[in-house]
Amino acid sequence: MTIYFTQDHEWIAVDGGVGTVGITDYAQGQLGDITFVDLPDVGATLRKGDAPCVVDSVKAASDVYSPVSGTVAEVNAALEEAPELVNEQPEEGGWLFRLTLTDTAELDGLMDRAAYDTFVGAL
Amino acid sequence: MNSTESYAPDDAGELPAEPLILPLDAWHRARGARMVEFAGYVMPVQYEGIMAEHLWTRAHAGLFDVSHMGQLTVRGPEGDMAEAAVSLEALLPGDISALKPGRQRYSLLLAEDGGILDDLMITNRGDHYYVVVNGATKWDDIAHLREFLPDSITLNHLDEHALLALQGPDAAAALTALVPAAGRLRFMQSAVIEWDGVELGISRSGYTGEDGFEISVPETAVAALADALAALPQVKPVGLGARDSLRLEAGLPLYGHDLTPDTDPVSAGLAFAISKRRREQGGFLGAAAVQQALTGGTATVRVGLALEGRMAAREGAAVLAAGERTGTVTSGGFSPSLDRPVAMAYVGAAHAEPGSQLTIEVRGKQLAATVTPMPFIPHRYFR
Repeated sequence: MTIYFTQDHEWIAVDGGVGTVGITDYAQGQLGDITFVDLPDVGATLRKGDAPCVVDSVKAASDVYSPVSGTVAEVNAALEEAPELVNEQPEEGGWLFRLTLTDTAELDGLMDRAAYDTFVGAL
Repeated sequence: MNSTESYAPDDAGELPAEPLILPLDAWHRARGARMVEFAGYVMPVQYEGIMAEHLWTRAHAGLFDVSHMGQLTVRGPEGDMAEAAVSLEALLPGDISALKPGRQRYSLLLAEDGGILDDLMITNRGDHYYVVVNGATKWDDIAHLREFLPDSITLNHLDEHALLALQGPDAAAALTALVPAAGRLRFMQSAVIEWDGVELGISRSGYTGEDGFEISVPETAVAALADALAALPQVKPVGLGARDSLRLEAGLPLYGHDLTPDTDPVSAGLAFAISKRRREQGGFLGAAAVQQALTGGTATVRVGLALEGRMAAREGAAVLAAGERTGTVTSGGFSPSLDRPVAMAYVGAAHAEPGSQLTIEVRGKQLAATVTPMPFIPHRYFR
């Protein structure tokens, strides 16, 4: 499994042709207390850069962009009852949705963890 | 990920190009505040987190820095309070002449067409009136007041004074530990009281629905006062984020959002700020429009909405009745105390009764919402 990051603070962990998408620890810290996650529909077709998911915090609603193109294979149903998982475990239990990738070549434009940490460190 | 922050500066006034720094800037940063631009100032939006700060304020006492707000004094010639009151009454719909020394009142600045230019608190300080206006509108307010007040009236901007708010059920216990005489104040009463050699202008009021105080303090002394308050076990610093969620639960409108020049006091549910005498006699800017609205009613009314589910509706969301557009959300968010989303909206008068079933359109979804009396959380003022 390889994890990639976007400049918009999403992560995607890819295993075979399936990617799990979430927001980074930095992103959840910026958003603050998350109160609701509006998840995409399973089966929805996404293009890279689409905003299929919205994370609501006390202070703001934030779009989550799809890091790559694909079809939504699964969403994290646990977030319906416990949206705070995105705050508590952003890269684990707080994942948002799984995607069957259309084109793995799109991953080439994303950052690895070291590059993302450098990116965030400069913000 | 991309956020739509709720704390963008209001477009209600002309803002300086560069955000201004307030006296407690370093104080906030030293306590881990996240600083954002608001109303032309760099201000703390949160410290440990909006939810925790909100709930702390409802249970104990939150310390807010609201030094961006405009603090003004209005003086008649040689301290003539009657002349100052009469002059202010040409602009404000409140009964300023009847406001006794040491008493505070909520009032409004109105335009000729009855539109709301700002909302404010006015206090009779014995030899002058002390007025607190919104930060984003204060420059326009000063220009407006200066334009309409006679030359015999002296208007001063206390721009070397900071303003703190201490809010919550433990606010009185905390403040009286430092300033015992503050304990004699009741809701909407005010006094100038010395603390540590400094004159504090203390009023028992606020913007959270809780008991509490607002404290005007010279900026040279504000860090010492903030330190002394924050050192008390009941007190934690609270940012703008929780200030917004607290006032929303308390049903209190926010200028630039729930109140604008396109809203009037009657549709905004602020007719209580227009005294009986002023309604009958008029004689204030916007009086004709307000009297018309009081007798004829208004097309829209500001209401509270309790939403089904957990998705929040934010400012600008469309409100529908039986599929037809009837209004717009002006403030909305998640209520930490109620653990559900709530909103304020202007809706058609026919749909403003408590219990009315409406829907709010958010990102293509129709959220069920019920018109609910405000405040959403009961006020707990010390009367």
